[in-house]
Amino acid sequence: MNTPLIMFLAFVGLTLLITFWAAKKNTGASAYFAAGRSITGWQNGLAVAGDYMSAASFLGISGMIYVAGYDGFMYSVGFLVAYITVLLIVAEPLRNAGKYTMADLLAYRLKPRPVRALASLSTLVVSTFYMIAQMVGAGAIIKQLIGVSFEPAVIGVGVLMLVYVVFGGMLATTWVQIIKALLLMVGAVMLSYLVLKFHHFSFTEFFNSVAHADYGGSAPPKNLMEPGLQFGVAVAGPWGPIDLISLCLGLVLGTAGLPHILVRFYTVPDAKTARSSVVWAMAIIGLFYIMTTLFGFGAATIIEKAQLTTDGKLDVNMVAPILAKVLGGEFFFAFISAVAFATILAVVAGLTMSASASFAHDFYSNVLHHGKENRPGQEIRVARITAFCVGAASIGFAIYLGPTVNAAFLVGLAFSVAASANLPVIVLSVFWKRFNTTGAVAGLSVGLVVSIVLILLSPSGIFGKEGAPFPLKNPGIVSIPIGFLAAWLGTIFSARDPEGEAKFAELKVRAHTGLGSEKATSH
Amino acid sequence: MSEKSPVNWEALEAKPEFRALLAQKKAFIIPAFVFCMLYYLALPVLVGYFPEMMKTKVWGEVNVAYVFALSQFIMAWVLAFLYVRIAAKWDKAAAAVIHGHD
Repeated sequence: MNTPLIMFLAFVGLTLLITFWAAKKNTGASAYFAAGRSITGWQNGLAVAGDYMSAASFLGISGMIYVAGYDGFMYSVGFLVAYITVLLIVAEPLRNAGKYTMADLLAYRLKPRPVRALASLSTLVVSTFYMIAQMVGAGAIIKQLIGVSFEPAVIGVGVLMLVYVVFGGMLATTWVQIIKALLLMVGAVMLSYLVLKFHHFSFTEFFNSVAHADYGGSAPPKNLMEPGLQFGVAVAGPWGPIDLISLCLGLVLGTAGLPHILVRFYTVPDAKTARSSVVWAMAIIGLFYIMTTLFGFGAATIIEKAQLTTDGKLDVNMVAPILAKVLGGEFFFAFISAVAFATILAVVAGLTMSASASFAHDFYSNVLHHGKENRPGQEIRVARITAFCVGAASIGFAIYLGPTVNAAFLVGLAFSVAASANLPVIVLSVFWKRFNTTGAVAGLSVGLVVSIVLILLSPSGIFGKEGAPFPLKNPGIVSIPIGFLAAWLGTIFSARDPEGEAKFAELKVRAHTGLGSEKATSH
Repeated sequence: MSEKSPVNWEALEAKPEFRALLAQKKAFIIPAFVFCMLYYLALPVLVGYFPEMMKTKVWGEVNVAYVFALSQFIMAWVLAFLYVRIAAKWDKAAAAVIHGHD
């Protein structure tokens, strides 16, 4: 009997029940887009963690640490520290002054139509690229785990995610993310426990083996504790360290501009709960990423590279599941596989939710219809249709690009756009009185274009590793300053906006006191 | 949105209590954020440009690089803890500013 398949189906059954329950509670836009703003702090903290820790981080980081040791761990560190930016700078003002999307905050005192149109475009770009990366990963992993081939696996994931989002809205998406976060933590703790048990619960022995990691005796030992195996000058050339700094900048500033993370703060009753949910998320995300060193490093002491090789190609994404199989047997392998599956579903559901909310609320309602709803419930209807289109497009793209597409390229692009286009305008609109519409339009469009162009010209772009005109895989160190600069130049070289500046007083009071903020609706 | 009575936002913004609240927030958030960025970006800079120093062993095979990376987690958690503690005071100040309007 195929145990992973049974576990997948159990997870799917549970989440469909939740969707059924959530669909009955979905009455009105606030319920659909923001789960009625009735999610509690710890629930939202788990959901943020569930939304954030993607297949790329669970499977991808274990794989990177397995191969590149310490340098792979750099991703883990950045993924946690990024939440200081979220906590200190964006979470509370966003919750206080916004309604459903990132653009709400920007449109407060700037001219809503151009700003919303561009913010919506950047949200769609970030979400779609991130989603294609997840879908491609999903297809490849499911193929490995339960032997379903790539295309049906991608279609299956896409259809399930659409069911959650279209019928269950934000409430179902939230609970799928909460359950996934819990499953992922259980899986990570068990994997870490088994790794430590393998090393007789001795950290001395564990670190000793990592410093002489021999891949289960199949390779000459190398010291994975030492930095430099991926970004060091010896391996990556003179640009390596700069690429690492650039990566770190993109991670630490990009997270606070990821639309699917930002919209999670609309699901809680007030800014205070938004704050406590970041703290819950930081506790969970931090513990998880510290554990990546246990099972990532641990895998390098236990698993042979041959065990991860299919058709002559090393598939590092399989490190976590194979480690589970070696240490815990078939049943645990099935459990970790189901966790990986749940991880993918929860993240793509969150991405679809934020993309469709932005299109319906920002573009359809506010840009096309000037903020007036012609018929009640229209915004939700448009969001459902958008979710369907975004889902279908991502399925199509994922199948078209096939299992060999470079997922890191797509995720890097998403983070770069978030850090270079979204974050500058969010920060400037909350903290700079003089900031105006031209500045926001310049910041968003230049940040978006520069990110896309630099990634296309990078070693992971169209010219390949050798011919790339831009030496960095991570463009943040160039694109983030350009994004800020464009927003600043756009502002100072255009006429002052007395109306917008007058409304800055209102935005400030709202953002810092929560007066007049959107209230919880359902309970 | 509370549509019951028009709020005089300018008057609220001009209140000394509100100005004081913003000043307190700035006095914590800006140094805290700058510290966090410097401490965090020191990691890739040191790892990238001073790898030999970072490979110095401090406990068995555990080296400076690994300890510094782990300390980033502690740094983030401590900052978050300090922020939450001080933000609870701001909540009271904010409630006092908008008292009678909400």
